[in-house]
Amino acid sequence: MAEYIAMALITTGLIFFIAGSIGLLRLPDLYTRLHALTKADNVGLGMIVLGLAIISGDLITTFKLLLVWLFVLASSAASAHLIAQRARRRERGLWKP
Amino acid sequence: MEALIWTVFDFLLITAMLALGWSALSTHSLRRGIALFIAFGLLLSLVWVRLRAPDIALAEAAIGTGLTGALLLAALRDEESAAGAASTEKPKNTIADYLLIAATVILALILGWALIDALMNRQYSGLANEVFTQLDRSGVTNPVTAVLLNFRAYDTFLELAVLLVAVLGIRSLNVSRRPYLKAGLVLSGLTVWLVPVLIVISAYLLWVGAHAPGGAFQSGAVLAAAGVLLRLSGYHGAGLPARIVIRRALMIVGVLVFAIIGLGLMVLGRGFLEYPLAWSGSLILGIETAATLSIAVTLIMAFLAGETGRAGNQEDSSC
Amino acid sequence: MLSVQMIYGLAGVLLFTFALRVALSQVAFLRRVLAINVAGAGLFLVFISAAYKGAGQPADPVPHALVLTGIVVAFSATALAIALARRLHRPSDDD
Repeated sequence: MAEYIAMALITTGLIFFIAGSIGLLRLPDLYTRLHALTKADNVGLGMIVLGLAIISGDLITTFKLLLVWLFVLASSAASAHLIAQRARRRERGLWKP
Repeated sequence: MEALIWTVFDFLLITAMLALGWSALSTHSLRRGIALFIAFGLLLSLVWVRLRAPDIALAEAAIGTGLTGALLLAALRDEESAAGAASTEKPKNTIADYLLIAATVILALILGWALIDALMNRQYSGLANEVFTQLDRSGVTNPVTAVLLNFRAYDTFLELAVLLVAVLGIRSLNVSRRPYLKAGLVLSGLTVWLVPVLIVISAYLLWVGAHAPGGAFQSGAVLAAAGVLLRLSGYHGAGLPARIVIRRALMIVGVLVFAIIGLGLMVLGRGFLEYPLAWSGSLILGIETAATLSIAVTLIMAFLAGETGRAGNQEDSSC
Repeated sequence: MLSVQMIYGLAGVLLFTFALRVALSQVAFLRRVLAINVAGAGLFLVFISAAYKGAGQPADPVPHALVLTGIVVAFSATALAIALARRLHRPSDDD
């Protein structure tokens, strides 16, 4: 029973990752790509972490997995901000229709 | 069925890794190439986990991908500010170039044939059996740590010396690296809590290296990553101690502790670095602690290109 | 027939020779450093795939130790190479 829930969660995470990757490839400019990438990948990683935590069943492993998710959240948010700020400062990256 | 899934997974992983490696080297913009190299390194870490080498995966993700990527990007930044624009000369397709391509194809065929022949026909036992039978006498239960710090401790001692020599060479060249701007709100907000967490993680990796994947190199690399993060946030000292004497002492403490323990054991009548059975665990932990500090400081100094002061400030550039 | 060791080892050989060709033919210095790093990664792949003994048993730890040493030494060699290049290309000053 728990394995099926975990499988569903991991598959949902994969779908979010696919959505983020398609957004990275298809969206027109830097800012929209950053938005799609960070939001979709963070939620996707969160789903995968939840699924893995259910499979592991161990409290320490769950705690470590949640720590990993926290670090990825923070660092991807900070780096997305820095990339966007740098592009804004040089006034690059906007899509001209 | 399971073997089929693993084969598909291996195929996808190898294809993605080779494609990233090829595009990292063949793309026009060097900055994009370095970013692709970092992605290649992350996939390579996944390959190490697949091949049951988690210690290598940790070290690859920290040093081979993270620190090397940061170093290359910093070098690119300095090169661009010095030269104006990075030259993107394509190699000209002369006869020499075609000969080079032919030579590398022949080399690839020879190496590939040698590898297949060695794996299929030659019976090689390696030293794995000896390591696993002697593992309980080594003081640790992680076989890679046992090999690194007990059975082949001499190689690790020399490797720490190689690191030290490289950093001494870098320092003696006196190339200054431009400092970074003081970080804004977001980056400093990240650094404030991330650096202490990295220090704790480094101590944990050092401790857990005795019985699980981890050890001195991974721990030193995480500490070095914390130092690089501080440098990128505008702290010119990169978290290193301010006094010159302490920096120098930390750089040499790894080699020093190794040499003292090795020679001390010789004075007590045993061989060089031949640990007595009851003391192996503690001696390994002591050596690993000194090695962690040394590796961290050395890697940070290699990233800083030797100096910690402002660019062009001669009295700060000594160490 | 194609075991795990073989496909990863052959991938490592491919990486090494391709990166070697790029390192020998490119002009820009950082590209050559990048290529040498990728070639090193290919070499490590050959080592670790030879050390892999199957899904059931633990892998051979001696090549693991060698590769761990190699990763750290490769980073320090890259740092030294970059410092040497910057020193060479600096406009000459009398110091």
